[in-house]
Amino acid sequence: MKNTALSHVHEALGAKMVPFAGYNMPVSYEGVNAEHETVRKTVGVFDVSHMGEFLITGPHALDLIQKVCSNDASKLVDGQAQYSCIPNDTGGIIDDLIIYRLNEEKWLLVVNASNIDKDWNWISGKNNMGAEMRNLSEDFSLLAIQGPKAVEAMQSLTSVDLSEIKFYTFEVADFAGIEHVIISATGYTGSGGFEIYCKNSEVEQIWNKVFEAGADFGIKPVGLAARDTLRLEMGYCLYGNDIDDTTSPLEAGLGWITKFTKEFTNSEALQKQKEEGVKRKLVGFELTERGIPRQGYDIVDAEGNAVGNVTSGTMSPSLGKGIGLGYVPKELSRSGTEIGIQIRKKVVAATVVKLPFYKG
Amino acid sequence: MNVPSDLKYTKDHEWVRIEGDIAVVGITDFAQGELGDIVYVEVETVDETLDKDEVFGTVEAVKTVSDLFIPISGEIVEFNEELESEPEIVNSDPYDKGWMVKIKFSDAGELDDLLDDGQYKELIGA
Repeated sequence: MKNTALSHVHEALGAKMVPFAGYNMPVSYEGVNAEHETVRKTVGVFDVSHMGEFLITGPHALDLIQKVCSNDASKLVDGQAQYSCIPNDTGGIIDDLIIYRLNEEKWLLVVNASNIDKDWNWISGKNNMGAEMRNLSEDFSLLAIQGPKAVEAMQSLTSVDLSEIKFYTFEVADFAGIEHVIISATGYTGSGGFEIYCKNSEVEQIWNKVFEAGADFGIKPVGLAARDTLRLEMGYCLYGNDIDDTTSPLEAGLGWITKFTKEFTNSEALQKQKEEGVKRKLVGFELTERGIPRQGYDIVDAEGNAVGNVTSGTMSPSLGKGIGLGYVPKELSRSGTEIGIQIRKKVVAATVVKLPFYKG
Repeated sequence: MNVPSDLKYTKDHEWVRIEGDIAVVGITDFAQGELGDIVYVEVETVDETLDKDEVFGTVEAVKTVSDLFIPISGEIVEFNEELESEPEIVNSDPYDKGWMVKIKFSDAGELDDLLDDGQYKELIGA
């Protein structure tokens, strides 16, 4: 199992460590509910250095990205980021990712840790136009500094005006005494903040200075368990749960990142699916009775017939009720539709709701 | 790690306090620490008579669902209803306010199979 450059720091902080995507990762420090609340109310820091980074460069970099990704990266300007996905040939999704345009011939793709090898092989296999590719995953660390106080708490660490970095844009600038750090106004929590990309050799200094700067704001380390409850309250998809090799981006509600303004892998079939309409859809639901939905539980219709599966579920720390995502037939996907979740021996009532669950 | 000497224990990290012919059951300090924040305790077996090691309920932390096994055969006579609204008591006070069920046990001989505090400490490496 691999360590991040900070695994020893998490262990020293008393974190509960778990293997995740081949890395020894902190799942929680003081407790998931407290960590969740820290991000919602003040500012928390995640070590998400397990994430993969590919640098795509050269005159054909954009051509390759456009070919393998569903969103239209030609719309990006320097310093802008975009959420996208990599469709496969059979209607499913290889991975979801964020694309950063550093300049016209230099792009960074940030992919899920569990998919680094799969993505690398897939993209390499599509690279018949001669784009240059480098896998930087082992060399780069990633800290997510998230929460409503992130801007204020981190401002003293950089010369750039953090409040001027708009959502899904980034600066390459000085941060915590290190030059050429990517400061990106992105994240997976819905509470605002930044993601900081730096070299492994730099991350411990940055981590320490981030905690010094944030001390007056109550900054705390946050583990993967709260990362999951935070993203789920926003209805953000998690690869492997809500999207995978068998789910279409259109079924998953990712039509907004599936742009038929250009050709890409399987775009013809996906366009046909869009015109004909999907048969099932990923929806959010809230339990109206006590209980917690979990991945793999059946979703049932009013007659008690199994019609779909829960793909993610938890007790929402912010809302205090069971929430989840799952696939249901299109007829049952409208918000307000009453469904049931089969939890052990009984059916617990639930209602399809609009996402996000947490509206700040 | 708190392992009171006046309780009995199981390999499934439950504790048992004998009060006459009633066994009060909960989960240990070690168990609550391993589970993390407990968000739901479901017991729907009140008034049922179960055999030792059958599932009498479920305890859910944010990321995990764990079955609760009855440590001694008998009838579930009471569920701690405080846990419906405040499951976090199991984290803060596992041996007292965080008790889960009371069992009217049918075979006192089964008590001999339970672990004492020393054996349980050995099990968890405390």
